[in-house]
Amino acid sequence: MKKVLFLSAAIIAFSSFTNTGYNVGDKAMNFSLKNIDGKMVSLTDYKEAKGFIVIFTCNHCPFAKAYESRIIDLNTKYASQGYPVIAINPNDPTQVAEDSYGIMQARAKAKNYQFPYLVDETQQVAKAYGAAHTPHVFVLQKSGSDFVVKYIGAIDDNSDDPSAVKEKYVENAVNNLLAGKPVNPSSTKAIGCGIKWKS
Amino acid sequence: MKKYKSVCLIAFFPFLLPGNKVTIVTFPELQAYAASKHNDTLYVVNFWATWCEPCVKELPAFQQEYKKYASKKVKMIFVSLNAPREINTVQKFVDSKNLNILVLLLNGGNPNNWIDKIDSSWSGAIPATVMYKLGKKVYFREGEFTSETLEKAIQSKIK
Repeated sequence: MKKVLFLSAAIIAFSSFTNTGYNVGDKAMNFSLKNIDGKMVSLTDYKEAKGFIVIFTCNHCPFAKAYESRIIDLNTKYASQGYPVIAINPNDPTQVAEDSYGIMQARAKAKNYQFPYLVDETQQVAKAYGAAHTPHVFVLQKSGSDFVVKYIGAIDDNSDDPSAVKEKYVENAVNNLLAGKPVNPSSTKAIGCGIKWKS
Repeated sequence: MKKYKSVCLIAFFPFLLPGNKVTIVTFPELQAYAASKHNDTLYVVNFWATWCEPCVKELPAFQQEYKKYASKKVKMIFVSLNAPREINTVQKFVDSKNLNILVLLLNGGNPNNWIDKIDSSWSGAIPATVMYKLGKKVYFREGEFTSETLEKAIQSKIK
């Protein structure tokens, strides 16, 4: 009995350890997820890209809403420089109706998203990446056929007031990658809405 | 004149007003409320916001435990992460729910500077709950509680 207990404790400890997702420097997985137009989108579709700004976001979260126009601006600024935004909604819509596919489509149309807004139905991508809340950003750099994680965290240092932002973390990361410089800081934290995991 | 006096009193001592007044605090001020109290009271600090559905859902569990442990050495603090300009929204919420747990609104600036000081494993998602005793962190959890899981957590730390 003791052995069983020890074993299950070890399994729990191990699984929680492996559940933490990517660290900076890790190779990120490619994925194929459904976009708001019904078509599947993969990182490998972007032959010319130098990397990606992958953002786990959603419709309902006030922080995601506060950052929506800044996400649009990031894509406007960096898609042409080889770092397009890929937005992914990982939330279970049975828990938050506002995060449904239909409302994703409506939101993207209303704000004229020029980047994919993908649905992570099985939540496997969010789990693999280690996304914990919305919005949660992963900046990836292409290296041969690999996608290397270069930055994890917040878009900037002030969710509430764009005019009071002092540090634009994602812009800083992509600018440094474009200039061939190291990214610093390479990870930050922000308050956000926890991802609504399927039970 | 009498009226003027009482207005003055309330202006300088807002805690004289009835009800549960939400106070805005800085991060060091927040730490002084719980993390750096060197006594054997268990301080249960919950990070939440009025717009956070799972946070609002777990409020009754905290209210229930608050009542249960009112005479014990357990203190609860709700730390709202609403924006400081939303203080009226928070106050209205607190009044409408008849919350009697102490409610602070954290004006902590860049969260990147203080999230790790609560717990390095915290992603920043709310709700999150931290407990302190004798000036030391004894518990941290990211995610929501039920009455049962909160009761278990408190029980294991007051012994």
